[in-house]
Amino acid sequence: MSDTATTARGGANIEFRQVGKPLPRIDAPGKTHGKTRYAGDYVMPDMLHAKVLRSPEASAILTRIDVSRARALAGVACVLTHAELPDRMAPTDIPGQTGRKRLDTDQQILVRERVRYHGEPLALVAADTPAIAEKALELIAFDLEPFPGVYSVEEALAPGAPVVQGTDNVVSTYKVRKGDVEAGFAAADTIIEKTYRTQFIEHAFLEPEVGLAWVDESEVVNIRMSTQVIEHFRFIAEAIGVPHNKVRILGSMVGGGFGGKEDITVEIYLALLARAAGRPVRLCYTREDSFFGHGKRHPFTITHRTGFTREGKITALRVDMTADAGAYVYLSPYVLLYATVASPGPYRVDNLHVDARAIATNNMYTSAFRGFGAAQACIAHEQQMDEAAKALGIDPMELRRRNFLRTGDLIATGVPIESAVWSDECMTRAWEALGERPPDRGPIKIGRGVATYQQSYGRITWLHDTSEAWVGVEMDGTVVVRSGVTDIGAGQVSALAQIAAELLGVNLTDVTVHNSDSATTPLAGTTTATRALYMTGNAVRLAAEAVRNRLLKRAAREFGVQSHEVDAANSMVFVREQPQTEMTLADLVAACASEGIHRSELVMFRAPFSDGIDAETGQGRVHPDYAYGAQAVEVAVDTETGEVTVLKSVGAHDVGQAINPDAVEGQIEGGTSQGHGYALSEELIYKEGKLVTPSFSEYLIPTAMDMPRVQSIILESRSGVGPFGAKGIGEPALTPVAPAIANAVADAIGVRITDLPITPEKVVEALASKGTS
Amino acid sequence: MNDAKVIRLTINGRDFDVGALSNETLLETLRGLAHFEVKSGCEKGDCGACAVLVDGQAVDSCLTLTWTVEGAAVTTVAGLGTVDAPHPLHKAFIERGAAQCGYCTPGLIIAAQSMLDNDTRDPAEDDIRLALSGNLCRCTGYTKVFDAVSEAARVMREGWESP
Repeated sequence: MSDTATTARGGANIEFRQVGKPLPRIDAPGKTHGKTRYAGDYVMPDMLHAKVLRSPEASAILTRIDVSRARALAGVACVLTHAELPDRMAPTDIPGQTGRKRLDTDQQILVRERVRYHGEPLALVAADTPAIAEKALELIAFDLEPFPGVYSVEEALAPGAPVVQGTDNVVSTYKVRKGDVEAGFAAADTIIEKTYRTQFIEHAFLEPEVGLAWVDESEVVNIRMSTQVIEHFRFIAEAIGVPHNKVRILGSMVGGGFGGKEDITVEIYLALLARAAGRPVRLCYTREDSFFGHGKRHPFTITHRTGFTREGKITALRVDMTADAGAYVYLSPYVLLYATVASPGPYRVDNLHVDARAIATNNMYTSAFRGFGAAQACIAHEQQMDEAAKALGIDPMELRRRNFLRTGDLIATGVPIESAVWSDECMTRAWEALGERPPDRGPIKIGRGVATYQQSYGRITWLHDTSEAWVGVEMDGTVVVRSGVTDIGAGQVSALAQIAAELLGVNLTDVTVHNSDSATTPLAGTTTATRALYMTGNAVRLAAEAVRNRLLKRAAREFGVQSHEVDAANSMVFVREQPQTEMTLADLVAACASEGIHRSELVMFRAPFSDGIDAETGQGRVHPDYAYGAQAVEVAVDTETGEVTVLKSVGAHDVGQAINPDAVEGQIEGGTSQGHGYALSEELIYKEGKLVTPSFSEYLIPTAMDMPRVQSIILESRSGVGPFGAKGIGEPALTPVAPAIANAVADAIGVRITDLPITPEKVVEALASKGTS
Repeated sequence: MNDAKVIRLTINGRDFDVGALSNETLLETLRGLAHFEVKSGCEKGDCGACAVLVDGQAVDSCLTLTWTVEGAAVTTVAGLGTVDAPHPLHKAFIERGAAQCGYCTPGLIIAAQSMLDNDTRDPAEDDIRLALSGNLCRCTGYTKVFDAVSEAARVMREGWESP
């Protein structure tokens, strides 16, 4: 536990009373008792219910759409097609804080002519009841003429292929040219080359996309919804053609995000319908809508060619990676960049050559997902390390140790890593936690694997990311935090409360956080990119420190001592060396108020800003900092049925400073579970672009029967750029899990399955081909 | 048009006479009565977010037609206890950090309560896994959920009385 003083970067030099304690989160009682109102739990008088008509084809031309029978149905208030919104476009980029130039990737809101993916929206309906809206969808007549499509990266890149995006389906490329790879390969004793493939993955948050919109007396379009990003209000305003100050997004507690509620989902539809109908409109996706209605995790094909000395030192690495971007651009260029930066993993590679491409197809578009390209990169580099270890006859962990980055080394983009790199410590601790290895039992083979990673936290530095927060003390000594941050379940809001409680000397339950309202809370930026704690935690820390310093200065005057001699705890303010010299926080605040001393502070925290990387070499700063850690797993493989059971799974991560260790464990346990699904059971299957697995009975996420008890090991280097030296854990928790399992399965059966997921069929097939070879 | 009739239900101890269509699900009826603690996750019986107790047994309310439970006692997560008088499951889920986004939490608590009431008061971890196997959670990895259910079971065995 972390109750010692710290002088870590970005932290105050104080003794912790709240930070570092495993306190019940402030959102826990409401959620547990069913009192928390999610976006779908709001209703309004005279409210309409909306539905979306989706294309049953993946590539087609819309030649006719006739909504007259739907409009004539009793109870239908509004039907919209492309004809009602001829010049409206939906943005597909990440919202910036500073208005810097975005990707130029706007797309049609409703199909005008060309259908590019299965499920692309054709029309919107709002009616008095969901049943009437559903009936109205059935009454819309339309004709789709077949149009040639491309359903894989290979098809999309074939000469003369139909073009889905741009001029040649290449939506983004990145390169790294660092050192001299040819010289590096020439110096190698052994060269290993292997290709790894990953699949389409669904976020599978339990709360489907949902929102409720109404236009108020000031002509403001209010949208209460489930989103990771309230800053989309600007894009929505532009999409519907109103000023930015006429759209307000009110968040709620989000029923899971994982990147899937980072892009715009229902909000433009809601805004258009509420304005057109002049009545409040609710749109709640069915589970099937959700499978069809938001972007997926990119499938990647990644080839590593790695040169090693006999002693296991990497001399050169050439990486070729190709991602399926699907039918629209969305965040593919950013995901590809993250994959590029992460491609060599947490290893020092002086001679590096990376070529990365994202390719448009008529599959579902792909975008943000926890791990954001770095997870796919990890699946390749960690399997490659195990393959190399086998070829070199070196223990897989020892091979990693010989190549781990150290603080000060240059990462792939040529900038030094400034914080701690505790990859070895994490890997060693995770492995040791597996304990004694059990023996094989007949056809049941035991295997073990590890994986390590490098995962950024904080947004790309040329987005010039900022976060604002307001902290104040009420007249009774209770504390208020105002921040636009959205809470997607990881405890984002509670962590802010814990930081404010620490600095203002109150208990966690004395803090109320008002969050996630684009009209009334200072904009904090997105809850994405493992940035919420880093950015908004720092903003709250700075604001609370400012208030603390002002209050303690006033108290020092009262006590006749210096400010630095005064401390605050348990809602009391006192002289540290003479605790009986004290006053209540409420009395102090009252004194400040009567003298006009400001009891609140609004702060903007700024991430490091940079201007981009060199397009030819990929060299330059991309992220504020990186997190390091490891996963170790033990599996049992039934060589008769091919079934893989994960017996033990341990995540060990350097989180810098745990603000709430329970919440950190929660991230590790949940990320582990998602990684198990990624490795073993989850796959969205598209046949000619058509999704054939749009339900939880076909798309299998881990259940309570599938998950072992996950063990979390928290390491604290206090070297991060977050509050009190924190790094981040949201994405890192997931990133190493799937490759650790892949390595364990290979260890168990002696043959590697390079295409995820590792299904029983693939295991049986691999064993059969091993037996015949 | 579907037939409609008035159905008598006891929800969290209160009697209701509700008009329900013949094809209306208990999930729709409960949320129509502002029992928003009953969550909708898939409406296909795959996820368990909508679980409630019907006469003490956990059911997926999305798969239960309201007409088929006429006269039944329905208990939601809010009916098990209050913030001031929490059920041991509430208390354990809070203290063990078993809720993250919280959307599946009401269903998990209902499934656990059904196990503790009907199957075993002294569940082994495999009993808990089986009891919760119809409830999907994407955030927690279930580890803290197992801890919370074990803890609540212990408290209940040690003499906790339903208020």
